[in-house]
Amino acid sequence: MATVQDRKYVGQSVEKVDALERVTGRAQYGADLYMSGMLHAKALRSPYAHARIKNIDTSKAEQVEGVKAVITHKDLPVPSDTATSFGGELMIALKDLQRLTMAHDKALFDGHTVAVVAATSPDVAEQAASLIQVEYEPLPPVGDVVSAMDDSAALLHEDLFTKTLGDPPTKASNVATYLEDGRGDMEQAWKDSDVVVEDTYDTLMVHQGYLEPQACVARVDGDGTVNIWTSNQGTYNVQRQLSALLDLPQDKMIVTPMEIGGGFGGKIYTILEPLAILLSKKSGGAPVKMVMDRNEVFRGTGPGSPAHLTVKVGAKNDGTITGCYVRMVYDAGAFPGSPIAGATVVSFGPYKCENMRLEAYDVVTNKPRVQAYRAPGGTPVGFAVETVMDMVAEKVGMDPLQFRKHNAVVEGDLMTNNRPLNSIGLTEMLDEIEKHPCWTSTLEGPNRGRGLAIGFWLGATLTSSSVIMVHADGTVTVTTGQVDLTGIRTTMKQMTAEELQIPIEDVNVRVVDTNSAPYTDLSAGSRSTWTQSIAIQRAAESAISQMKAHAAEQLKVEPEDVEYADRRFWVREDPEQAMGWFDVARNSVRRGNGPVCGEGSVTRVQSAPTFGANVADVEVDPGTGKVKLLRYTCFQDVGCAINPVQVEGQIQGGAVQGIGWSLYEYYHYDEKGVMRNPSLLDYRMPTALDLPMIDTVLIEKPASEGPYGARGVGEVPIVPPPGAIANAIYQATGVRMNKLPMTPENVFWALKDNGNGK
Amino acid sequence: MEQTIRKAPLQCRVNGQQVEMLVKPWQTLLEVLRDELRLTGTKEGCSNGNCGACTVIIDGQAVDSCLTLGLEADGHEVTTIEGLANGAELHPVQQAFMENGALQCGFCTPGFIMSTKAFLDKHPKPTETELRTGIAGNLCRCTGYDKIIKAIMSITEK
Ligand code: FES
Ligand code: FES
Repeated sequence: MATVQDRKYVGQSVEKVDALERVTGRAQYGADLYMSGMLHAKALRSPYAHARIKNIDTSKAEQVEGVKAVITHKDLPVPSDTATSFGGELMIALKDLQRLTMAHDKALFDGHTVAVVAATSPDVAEQAASLIQVEYEPLPPVGDVVSAMDDSAALLHEDLFTKTLGDPPTKASNVATYLEDGRGDMEQAWKDSDVVVEDTYDTLMVHQGYLEPQACVARVDGDGTVNIWTSNQGTYNVQRQLSALLDLPQDKMIVTPMEIGGGFGGKIYTILEPLAILLSKKSGGAPVKMVMDRNEVFRGTGPGSPAHLTVKVGAKNDGTITGCYVRMVYDAGAFPGSPIAGATVVSFGPYKCENMRLEAYDVVTNKPRVQAYRAPGGTPVGFAVETVMDMVAEKVGMDPLQFRKHNAVVEGDLMTNNRPLNSIGLTEMLDEIEKHPCWTSTLEGPNRGRGLAIGFWLGATLTSSSVIMVHADGTVTVTTGQVDLTGIRTTMKQMTAEELQIPIEDVNVRVVDTNSAPYTDLSAGSRSTWTQSIAIQRAAESAISQMKAHAAEQLKVEPEDVEYADRRFWVREDPEQAMGWFDVARNSVRRGNGPVCGEGSVTRVQSAPTFGANVADVEVDPGTGKVKLLRYTCFQDVGCAINPVQVEGQIQGGAVQGIGWSLYEYYHYDEKGVMRNPSLLDYRMPTALDLPMIDTVLIEKPASEGPYGARGVGEVPIVPPPGAIANAIYQATGVRMNKLPMTPENVFWALKDNGNGK
Repeated sequence: MEQTIRKAPLQCRVNGQQVEMLVKPWQTLLEVLRDELRLTGTKEGCSNGNCGACTVIIDGQAVDSCLTLGLEADGHEVTTIEGLANGAELHPVQQAFMENGALQCGFCTPGFIMSTKAFLDKHPKPTETELRTGIAGNLCRCTGYDKIIKAIMSITEK
C-alpha cells in the first residue's frame, strides 16, 4: 500500500468521469428512456388521509381509447414470505411494502396509490385515471405522533401491536416499537448535577427534495424475464424487493441503473417499479414508462421523518456532564419503520457520559411512509441535543466550544449503544474550530449572533463488491453493481489506479445491471466509497497476483518470487529479469490460467464514526422574524478525502439541506391530513440567493479500517445545521427556538412570546 | 378528448436547425423537445416553473420550457443544452461547471447552464449578489450552490 506521500491519485481532486455527459445533456436518467411501442402510466391517488376503500370501479377507464391496462391492489400477488423486511437504512416489512405499493382495504395517507392506468400517451392515462370510481368511507386522520399515541386516537392498523421488551401488549396501537437503552444510574446523575436543563422540541415532515422525480421503465419479455430501468439508490435492493413482492426468481429480474438525479436516502424502496411491471405484463409485454410529477413526489414518495423530543442534561459547575436523557418519538408515516435506531446513535454521540437513558418510539400516522434522509433520524435529535447543550454551557458559565471540548468523546469511550469508539477525530476538529476566523473573529452589529453545533454519524457497512478485468492491451475495466449516487465511478477509478499502480486514464469503471456484476448493496448511509475502497483493494490484490503468476510462468520462476511495482514485474533475486504490465497482459489472454479477472468483496467491517460541526453567523430581523445567514462554516473529520472536491461538495450540499430544514421547509398538513403545499413554490427549498458561501474545513484523522482511512462523508453534514442556527438566533435575540422550521413566522412569535427577546 | 382536437403546425429553429412538425396545442415546449424531438437533455423537475431544470433559451432569453407552449416557439430560435457546444468544443459555462465540481447528480445542470449563459450574455461582470439573484430561479439540491457560484465567477473574473 502506498503511503500518504506517494499516493498518486487518492487524495487528488479529480473531475467526475461522467461530468461531460452531464454538462452536454447526454446523461440518461430514468425519464429519458424511450422505446418503441412504449406505454405511459399514471396513478390515481387517494384524496383522503385515512379512508376505508369500499369499492373501486375501473370499467369507465378501461373503455377509454388508448388505455391498455388498469391495475388495483387485486393485481398484486400475495407474497409467499411476508416475514421478510427490506431496507438499507430504514427497514420495511414485505407485507407493509405491499400495502404501501397500492392501497388495499384502506387508504392510509393523502397521495396513497389506489389504481394505475397504462395508455398510449400520458394525457390519455391521466384522463382515464380520473374516470376510475372509488367509493371511500372517510375515517378520522391521525395527524401527528403526539395525538397518535393518545388512547382515543383512531388506529391505522388494527393488527399493529407495540414491539417492546416488556410484556406483550393486549391492545393494538399506533406505536409500532418502543426501545430503551442506557447505562449508569440516572437518579444519582441528577443528584450529582449542579445544573439540569430540560426542554421539548418538535420538527415537521420534510422532503429530501431530489430534483429528479422518480421514474422507471419496465418491460416483461416473452420468456417472463422482467427488465427494469430505474433511478434508484440500489439495483440489487430493487431486485430483491421486486422478486419478493411479485414472486419472481431473481435471475429473471434484470435491474439496470439509470443516472440518478439525487436520492439522499429517498430512493431506496420500490414505488413505481412494481406498478410498471404489472402493467407491462397485463398489456402483453409492452414497455411501460412511469414518471412522477412533483405533486406526486411530495405526496407519494417517502419523505424525512419528523419527531417530538424531550432532552434533559445535567452537569457539574466545572462543565462535566453528569447525565443525559432523551425521549424521542419519531413519525414513521403510514407504516412502521421510522429512523429511531439512527437517532439513538446520533443523540449524545459526541459526549462523554456515564449515565444515559434513551427512550424511543416508532409511531405511525396518516402520512407517506418515511424513507431515509441523510443521517436518518439524526437532524431532529441533533437540533434538540445541541440546543440543550448550549443552554447547559451557558448555565455553568462556559463558552460553548470549551464546554464541548471538555466533554468530547475520544477513542475508547462508549457510544450510546455502549460499544467503544474506534479512531475518531472529534478533538482535532474542535481544535481546528478554536483557531478558525469563523470562531475567533468578532461579530458586530445589532441582532446578530453566532452559533455552534456538532453532529455525529456512525457509517453504515453492508456488502460491496467489484470486479477488475485486465484487457489484452493492459487497460482495465472495473465492473460493479454499485449505483453512482455521489461520484463513486470517479473515486473507484482513482482507487483502482492507485492500487494497481497504473495510469488513471487506463481505468474505466462501469456500473452495470444486476445480472452482470456480483451482489452489491445500495449506495446509502455514507458507505459506498468507504466499503468500495476495501473491495477494490481486494480485487486489485487478486488481479496483481494473477498477473504475477503469468509473469512467473514467462520468467520461469515461482509466483512467490515475483515482485510488482509501477507496471513492472521482476524476479526478486534477479531484478534484471523483468516484464512490463503490458506484456504480461497481452500474454495472459493466451497462456497459463488465462484472462486476468480479480474479484473483491467486503461484507462486514467496523463502522467508521464521523463527526461534523457548523459555525453559523445570523442576523434576525425583529420586525419580521426573518433570519439571514451571514457566514457559514462546516468542519468535518473525513478520515481521508479521496477526492477533495467531491467531499467538499457533499458537505456543502448536506449543510444546505440542513439549512433548508432549519429555516424554510415543512409539509403543511391541514386538519384533514391533506398536504397543502405539494409544489416547489410552496415547499420552499433554499435558492442561491438565500445563502452565503459555505466554507468547508476538512480534518483527516484516519479511520481504523480501510486502505486509506477514509470515512463516509455524506450523512453527518445535515446533523448540525438546526442546532448551529438556533444557537445563533439565541445569541442574536436571547430567545431559544423549540420548533423547526425557524420560519419568519415562528421566530416572530417566539420573540413576541418572550417579551421581544433580550 | 384529445382525439377530437387537431394538431397544429409548428415551425421554428431548434439548435440551429429548421424544424417543422405538428403538435398538440396543449403540448408544452418541454414536451415537444423531449417527447417529439427526443432532446432529453432538458429536464423536468416540477412542470410548474419553480425549479428551472427545464430552462432553454428562446431568442437570447432564458425561459422555463415547462411554462411555454410548444406553439409559442413558432417562428423563434430555440437553443437547448444539446446545442450549446460548438461540436466537440464546449461552451465556457459548460467547461467551468466541469472544472469546478459544480455538478453532482447533474439533473439541475443543463437548466443551470442555460440560465447562466443567458444571464452572462446580458451581464458579463456581475457581483456575487447579482449573480445569485440571476440564477435564483434554478434549484440545485446537491451542491449548496457554492461550487456553482465559484464556477461562474471563474469565467467572469477572467
Ligand atoms: S420543470 Fe420547468 S421550472 Fe421546473
Ligand atoms: S447537481 Fe443535483 S440538483 Fe444540482
